[in-house]
Amino acid sequence: MNDVANHAFTLRGVSKAFRYFRLDGLNLELPMGQIMGLVGPNGAGKSTTIRLLMGLIAPEGGTIELLGRRIPEQVAEAKREVAFVADDMRLYNHAKLGWHMRFVASLFPEWDEAYAHKLLRQFNLRADQYVKGLSRGEHVKALLLLALARRPRLVVLDEPTSGLDPVARHELLSELMQIVRDDSRSILFSSHNTQDVERICDQIAFIDRGRLVDARDKESFLERWRRLSLEIPAGITLPRLKDVVDLTLGERLATLTTDRYEPALHVALEKCGARVTDVQRMSLEEIFVATVMRSRAQVQS
Amino acid sequence: MYTVNTDKHSGFVISQTDPRPLYQQVKDQLRHRVAVGELKPGDEIPSIRQLAADIRVSVITIKRAYLELELEGVIQTRQGRGSFVADNAQLGESIKEQELDSHLRAAVHTAALLYLTEEQLIERLREARRESQERS
Repeated sequence: MNDVANHAFTLRGVSKAFRYFRLDGLNLELPMGQIMGLVGPNGAGKSTTIRLLMGLIAPEGGTIELLGRRIPEQVAEAKREVAFVADDMRLYNHAKLGWHMRFVASLFPEWDEAYAHKLLRQFNLRADQYVKGLSRGEHVKALLLLALARRPRLVVLDEPTSGLDPVARHELLSELMQIVRDDSRSILFSSHNTQDVERICDQIAFIDRGRLVDARDKESFLERWRRLSLEIPAGITLPRLKDVVDLTLGERLATLTTDRYEPALHVALEKCGARVTDVQRMSLEEIFVATVMRSRAQVQS
Repeated sequence: MYTVNTDKHSGFVISQTDPRPLYQQVKDQLRHRVAVGELKPGDEIPSIRQLAADIRVSVITIKRAYLELELEGVIQTRQGRGSFVADNAQLGESIKEQELDSHLRAAVHTAALLYLTEEQLIERLREARRESQERS
C-alpha cells in the first residue's frame, strides 16, 4: 500500500475562507497509531480544521484524505470507521441513554456491547437515565461512550475535556490511552489544556489565526526549546545570536529563550563574555505562548 | 492507606510538576528498579504501548525512554518478543555507579558557578561525608 495507508489523515494545502476568518494552506498529517493534540486560542481555526476533516464543510483548495479516503467525496465510507465528538452535539432529550446505545449499535456493526457497559460503569452513567436529566459533564461522557464503543479506527474529539471534572477527565485520558494500545487506532483532539496534550499526545500542532504555526512530534518540540539564565559582566553587549526567540535584559542578568537549543549556544555565549548560570526546559504551555507571540510579531512586521 | 503492588510494572509515579521531563522520569524509575533489584537481569518489562496505557503517558515518550535505556545497556528489545532487562549480573551495581557519577558532575557544575577551586570542592565533599557519618 502507499503512504496514505500509514496515516490516519492527511491535509495538503487546505484552505477555506469565511467572512471574517480564513484558514490558509494547512498541511497536517497524523501517522497511524498516534495521538495528535491540536492546540490554539479561541477562534484559531481548530474547529474549522476538524469540520473540514470530517467532511462537514468543503475546502476551497487543497486535498484531504481520511483513513485513505478522499474527503468530502468518500466521506460516507470513511465515517464508518471514524467517531467524532464535539461538546455542542445534542442527544435526544426525551430518550434514555440505553435507547441511544441501541440506536448507535444498530448503525455500526463494530459496536462493542461489553465495552459500552464497562464505559457506563467507568463514567458513572446509567442506561436508564433520560438525556434531559444529564448534567453537562454527563452529557459529554454519554457522547464519548457512544463514540468509543463503536471501536473506531480514528477518534476525533473537539475540546473533549472542557466540561469535565478532574476525575472524569482522568478517566477519559485513561480510556484514550487504552485505545492506542492498538497501533492501528489513532486519536485527534483539540484542547486548550496544554497539560493534557503534553502528557498523552505523540504529535502536537499549534494553530493561530487560521495558520498552522508549528507541528512536530512532542519529544522534538520539548527538546528544541530552552530558557537560559545569563550573567553579563558590565560593559559587555551581547551581539545578535541566531535562533534566539526572546532576550530579556536586566542590569547584569538576562534571560534568553531559544527554539533551536544545542550545546554550541553555550560556547557562542561564553565567547561573548556571558556566563550561562541555568538552563531550563519549558512547558508546552510556555512554548505555545512563545510560538504564537513570535508568529504574530512576524505577521505584523 | 497502603497499597501493595504485586504487579512489578505498576506503581510508576509520573508527575507533571516534577522538573524532569516525562521521558526522564520513566527512565529514572526503570533504572532505579533495576538498581535496587526489583527488576532482575532477564526480567520482561511491559511493551511500549502497554506501559504508555498503564501510566497515561504518550507512546512517543515511552519509546524515547526505552530507546535511551537500550543504548545505555539497561534493557534489550528483541524483535517480536518484547523488552527485557539486560542480561548482565553487574547491571544493578553499574547503574548505582552511573548515578553517583551524574551527581558528582552536577556538583562540579554548581561549584563552577560559585567559582570554587578544586581544593575547596574536595574539602566540601569531605565535610559532607563527615556530617553524614556523624548522623548515622
